[in-house]
Amino acid sequence: MAETLLFNALREAIDEEMGRDDTVFVLGEDVGVYGGSYKVTKDLYDKYGELRVLDTPIAENSFTGMAVGAAMTGLRPIIEGMNMGFLLLAFNQIANNAGMLRYTSGGNFKIPMVIRGPGGVGRQLGAEHSQRLEAYFQAVPGLKIVACSTPYNAKGLLKAAIRDDNPVLFFEHVLLYNLKEDLPNHEYVVPLDKAEIVRPGKDVTILTYSRMRHHVTQAVKGLEKKGIDPEVIDLISLKPLDFDTIGASIKKTHRVIIVEECMKTGGIGAEIIASINDRYFDELDAPVVRLSSQDIPTPYNGKLETLTIVQPKQIEAAVENMVALNV
Amino acid sequence: MVQERTLPQFQAPAAQITADEGLVLYEDMILGRYFEDKCAEMYYRGKMFGFVHLYNGQEAVSTGVIKALRSDDYVCSTYRDHVHALSAGVPAQNVMAELFGKETGCSRGRGGSMHLFSSEHNLLGGFAFIGEGIPVALGAAFQSRYRKDALKDPSADQVTACFFGDGTTNNGQFFECLNMAALWKLPILFVVENNKWAIGMAHERATSQPEIYKKAAVFGMPGVEVDGMDVMAVRAVAQEAVARARAGEGPTLIEALTYRFRGHSLADPDELRSKAEKEAWLARDPIKRFEAYLLEHSLVDEGALKEIRDRIQTRIDDALTFAEDSPEPSPDDLYKYIFAED
Ligand SMILES: Cc1ncc(C[n+]2csc(CCOP(=O)(O)OP(=O)(O)O)c2C)c(N)n1
Repeated sequence: MAETLLFNALREAIDEEMGRDDTVFVLGEDVGVYGGSYKVTKDLYDKYGELRVLDTPIAENSFTGMAVGAAMTGLRPIIEGMNMGFLLLAFNQIANNAGMLRYTSGGNFKIPMVIRGPGGVGRQLGAEHSQRLEAYFQAVPGLKIVACSTPYNAKGLLKAAIRDDNPVLFFEHVLLYNLKEDLPNHEYVVPLDKAEIVRPGKDVTILTYSRMRHHVTQAVKGLEKKGIDPEVIDLISLKPLDFDTIGASIKKTHRVIIVEECMKTGGIGAEIIASINDRYFDELDAPVVRLSSQDIPTPYNGKLETLTIVQPKQIEAAVENMVALNV
Repeated sequence: MVQERTLPQFQAPAAQITADEGLVLYEDMILGRYFEDKCAEMYYRGKMFGFVHLYNGQEAVSTGVIKALRSDDYVCSTYRDHVHALSAGVPAQNVMAELFGKETGCSRGRGGSMHLFSSEHNLLGGFAFIGEGIPVALGAAFQSRYRKDALKDPSADQVTACFFGDGTTNNGQFFECLNMAALWKLPILFVVENNKWAIGMAHERATSQPEIYKKAAVFGMPGVEVDGMDVMAVRAVAQEAVARARAGEGPTLIEALTYRFRGHSLADPDELRSKAEKEAWLARDPIKRFEAYLLEHSLVDEGALKEIRDRIQTRIDDALTFAEDSPEPSPDDLYKYIFAED
C-alpha cells in the first residue's frame, strides 16, 4: 500500500498503460514539457518522447478530431482537456465523430479514445472554468461518460477507460486532485459501467457522483448521529447508468435523493428521475428528490458560488425531511 | 461575373504516361461520371433519398490524386464523397447499396450519401459537416508518423489524402490542421477542390484571399495551384506531393481549380450560376479532354475507350440491380454498432 494523491493515481494509470501498450499516447495543451496543468502527465514526456506525449497547439476541435483519426487507424489516444470546459469548442468532433462515427460507418471503424481532464466547480474560477459538461454530452449517442471520485477509483477507472474500445469521456474534479488514499501495490482495473456502493444502508438511497460524493459522506456523518441509515451510491458511470445497482437499492429503501453538481435543467439527475419513473415507479414510497446546482453561470463571488452548489447541510436536511415524512 | 482566374499551364506532352496507366485513369473517371449520372436518375425517380451531392465535372481531381496513392494509403472525403470512395476502390455496388440504405452498403445502410466509410479501403469518411474530416485525416497522418518514428516501424510510410471544397477553407479546422501538419511534418495532402461555389456563396464573396494555395506559405508548407480539369496535371502534382510526404518531408496544400457541372446537391435548383460561366467550364470537361489527349498521343484507340465505357455502364447497371435486390438492415439490428462490442 502506498499513499497516493489523486492526480498521481491518474498519472500512474497513464504511465502503466503507456508501458504495456505502445499505441497509447497522450495529447493536449501543455501535457508534455510542462507536465500537464494539474501534473497528471508529469515526467511522461521525458520517459516516452514527444510523439507519445504530444504538446498540441491551442486548437481543441482540431486536435480532438486528430485523436479520432488516430483512433480509427489503430492508436489509442488520451486527450487531456486542460479544462474540460474548453472541450465545448470540440463539441463538433466529440459528438459527430467520436460519438457517432462507429454507427454511421456501420461498424467499419472503432474509436478507442479517452477524453479526460478537470472540470466541475472549483474555487472562484469563474463561470467558464466551472462547467459540468456531463449534462451537455449525455445526449450524444456512442459515448461512455465516467466520473472518478477517489484516488483508488480514479486509477482503476482510467486504466479501464484506456483499454476500452469506445470513446470515453472521463471526468475529474479540480477540487479532488489532492485527495489522498492508500492504493494497492498490485495492478487493478475498475469496471467503467458499475456504480460503487459507498455505504450500504436501508432508509434512503442517495445517488451521487464526483465531488458531491464527499459532500454526501459529510452529510451522512450527521445523519448517522440522528439514527438515519442511508445507502450511498457513487454512480461512477453517468452513461450508461448502472440501473442494476440503482434498482436493487430502490427495491430496498424505496426512497431516492439525487445529489449532483450538475445544473438542474437537463442534468444527469433529470435523466435519472425519468428513468426511475419508467422502471421503478411502483417501488417508490416518495417522489424522487434532486439536489442540483442552480441554473446560473457559476458566480465568481465566493459566497454566491457556495450558494450555487449543494452543501452538506442541505443534503442532511433533505434526507431527514424525507425520512421524517415516513411515507 | 468576377473575372475568371487564369488556369495554370501544364506541359502535358512532357508528362510520362503509359497506355495502361492512361486507361486506368480514364476508367476511373468514367466510373465516377456514370455512377453520379445514375444517382441523379434514381433520385429524380424517387428511389434515392436525403441530401445527395454529385461530383460531375470534378473527376480529374479524385482520379488524379487517389490513383497516385497506394492501396494502403488513406482517403478522407466530404459530403461529396461517392466518387472519392469509388476511386479509393470501394466497389460501386456497395456504394450504390449504401445510397439505397441497404445492409450491403459500405456503411451497412447506417451512413447514407454523406457518410461513406470503408475500413477495408482505408476510406475514413464521408463527413457531413464542413471541414470536420480535416482533423480526422490529420489523425490518420499522425498515426503513420507515430508508427514510423515512435514505434520504429519502417513500413509505416502511408500517406493521407484529405479532400474539401473552397468554402471549407474559411473554416477554422482548415487553418488549425495546416498548422499542425506543418509543425509535425505529417504525411498528408490537403486537396482543395475549388469549384468556385459553396452552395450559393461565390468564393470571392467569402474569402479575403481567393488564391487558396497561397495560404500554405504562412505555414511554411508548399502550396500548388493546378488545373483541376486536367487529370494529367493533377496526377503530376499529386505524385510529387505523395513522394514528399512519403519521404517524411511533410504536407502539401493542393488547390485544384475545378467546377461542378450540376447544382450543389440534387435538391439545389442551381439558379445563381450564370449560363456563360457554366458553358465555359463545361467546355473543359476533364473526361473529353483526357480522351482527346489519349487519342492525339496515339496511346489508345477509340475502340479501347468505348470498350471501357460499355464495361462501366454494365458495372453501374449491375450495381443498381445489386442495390435494389439487397436486403435492408434488420430492425433487430437497430442498436447495433453504437459501441465497439456491438
Ligand atoms: C458546419 C457546416 N455548416 C454548413 C453546412 C452546409 N453546407 C453544406 S455544403 C456547403 C458549402 C460547401 O462548399 P465547399 O466547401 O466549397 O464545397 P463544395 O460543396 O463546393 O464541394 C454548406 C455551407 C455544413 N454541411 N456544415
